[in-house]
Amino acid sequence: MSTLTTNFLTPTGREEAWRFTPLKRLKGLHDASTSLADHPSLTATQLSAGVTISTQPSVETGPSSTTDDVVVQRVRDTAKSVTVVAIAADAVITEPIILTRSSLGGAAEASRTVIRAGIHSQSTIVIENVGTGLFAEEIEIILEPGSTLRFITLQEWENDAVHLGRHHAIIGKDASFTSVVVTVGGSLVRLCPTVEYAGPGASADMYGLYFAGNGQHLEHRIHVDHNVGYAKSRVNYKGALSGDGARTVWIGDVFIRAAADGTDTYELNRNLLLTDGARADSVPNLEIETGDIVGAGHASTTGRFDDEQLFYLESRGIPEGEAKRLVIRGFFLEILSKIAIEAIEERIMDRIDVELSKVEIA
Amino acid sequence: MSTLEIKNLHVSVTTDEGAKEILRGVDLTIKSGETHAIMGPNGSGKSTLAYSIAGHPKYTVTAGTVTLDGVDVLAMSVDERAKAGLFLAMQYPVEVPGVSVSNFLRTSVTAIRGEAPKVRTWVGEVKAAMTALSMDPAFSERNVNEGFSGGEKKRHEILQMELLKPKIAILDETDSGLDVDALRIVSEGVNRIKESNDLGIMLITHYTRILRYIKPDFVHVFAAGRIVEEGGPELANKLEENGYAEYVTA
Repeated sequence: MSTLTTNFLTPTGREEAWRFTPLKRLKGLHDASTSLADHPSLTATQLSAGVTISTQPSVETGPSSTTDDVVVQRVRDTAKSVTVVAIAADAVITEPIILTRSSLGGAAEASRTVIRAGIHSQSTIVIENVGTGLFAEEIEIILEPGSTLRFITLQEWENDAVHLGRHHAIIGKDASFTSVVVTVGGSLVRLCPTVEYAGPGASADMYGLYFAGNGQHLEHRIHVDHNVGYAKSRVNYKGALSGDGARTVWIGDVFIRAAADGTDTYELNRNLLLTDGARADSVPNLEIETGDIVGAGHASTTGRFDDEQLFYLESRGIPEGEAKRLVIRGFFLEILSKIAIEAIEERIMDRIDVELSKVEIA
Repeated sequence: MSTLEIKNLHVSVTTDEGAKEILRGVDLTIKSGETHAIMGPNGSGKSTLAYSIAGHPKYTVTAGTVTLDGVDVLAMSVDERAKAGLFLAMQYPVEVPGVSVSNFLRTSVTAIRGEAPKVRTWVGEVKAAMTALSMDPAFSERNVNEGFSGGEKKRHEILQMELLKPKIAILDETDSGLDVDALRIVSEGVNRIKESNDLGIMLITHYTRILRYIKPDFVHVFAAGRIVEEGGPELANKLEENGYAEYVTA
């Protein structure tokens, strides 16, 4: 347990960053009156050559980025040690590096992780969140020049978990970052996948898939800071909602600074409402300080099934329920296929199928 | 031997100004092995007839009956109509993102036949049907209708017809958007399926061009939501020369 050393402001819900989040359901993670356990919670069962995982005092591994997120500030305050995952320079690691979370369960906890991809390294890191937890975390991901990192986080929590997180990537010159965020579990999950750039030629491909069932609040707040020129970003998040009180929030902030000539960015969010009583918020924001760019755009759609798609499938003898499942699977496949690990793709789709079987799809 | 019997069919669509009647009493009987050409000007209701028989939710049947071998088609859901042996080759086949042609065909055939096709024979069956339509086998890995050319979409429709083996097929402007080569390949496909399955065909078209490849036994002129003249193949020749002017002035 730790005491706070900085002036910690508890969100009230009126702040832009917190206005969509039901604070009461955070069980005190955001609240200075609740103390957090310091818990480096990621472990690896086996590591390929070229990967090391260690625990270091946080005084030696300070934050590499700034944040105005009060919960993340609290995590930084609480965590006395940091889990450091390092990929050696030039290492080409074909097997995915699987990191599993061992959460404390019902106790409020904080965790800090730093992932460092060495120069010209190539790797895939998968973080699996299962079981239950009351959990605030920060992961900083530093891509050295020329590195390629695929970063996959799976929120497969049981449906009572609360998870607040910031996953911040700093992408070096000519480095390539791909993230896939899958959120299918948890009572309340609020993730901030954010990126900034450390050099030109850097690129970020950020994918997300979420499925909210009865009473789940799943929030993803993307922030892309085009702080240097000639960098690229692509964001594509897809979600489906079913059941009473199913709620999703997607915020897509892209900031193109005056110095960011030659920026190329596009972000997309699509939501599929499967039943009455579900609500999806989708808010793309594009702020542009220079006109000298390659392209910048965004699109957001939220809707029900396409009647023409269903009619086409049904007219080929496929019953309505099965036609809807085909359409949902197809809808998610574009994102799921980015995981490129068949066993995980199937596991996620199975979980979605189970959720779908619980409801009468409208 | 199957019979599709349409009697006094009235169909409306809902518009901003209320219900609008499109079909105003259609009578038509199609039997196995027969090819009926439905010809008429744009907006006469030909496609509405096709979609109403297939059960598109946009259309409301206000009067009349449609039966297949005496069984009420209008009481069936869309998928039940397909299982009963009706097939609609659409003018504008719909894109289904993320669903591959092979998955779609397999799911559809499983639903229609009531059991999954045997893996051993299925691959060969699809391949043979695709080859007959001059389709590249790589086609089956693409998403349904996504990025297909006009010709590819129509071949894909006929491919489904080949595999689903319906009793009665409605071809809705299958000739539109096809160049002569594609029209020939698609028409040969239709004729082949008709020969082997004793298929009854409702061939909806605006132009007589396709009738050079698929010979109709009967020609029906459609105008203002009903059949206004009927005859043999010679009626198509008359339409070729005179157009639809005499039918639309009324």
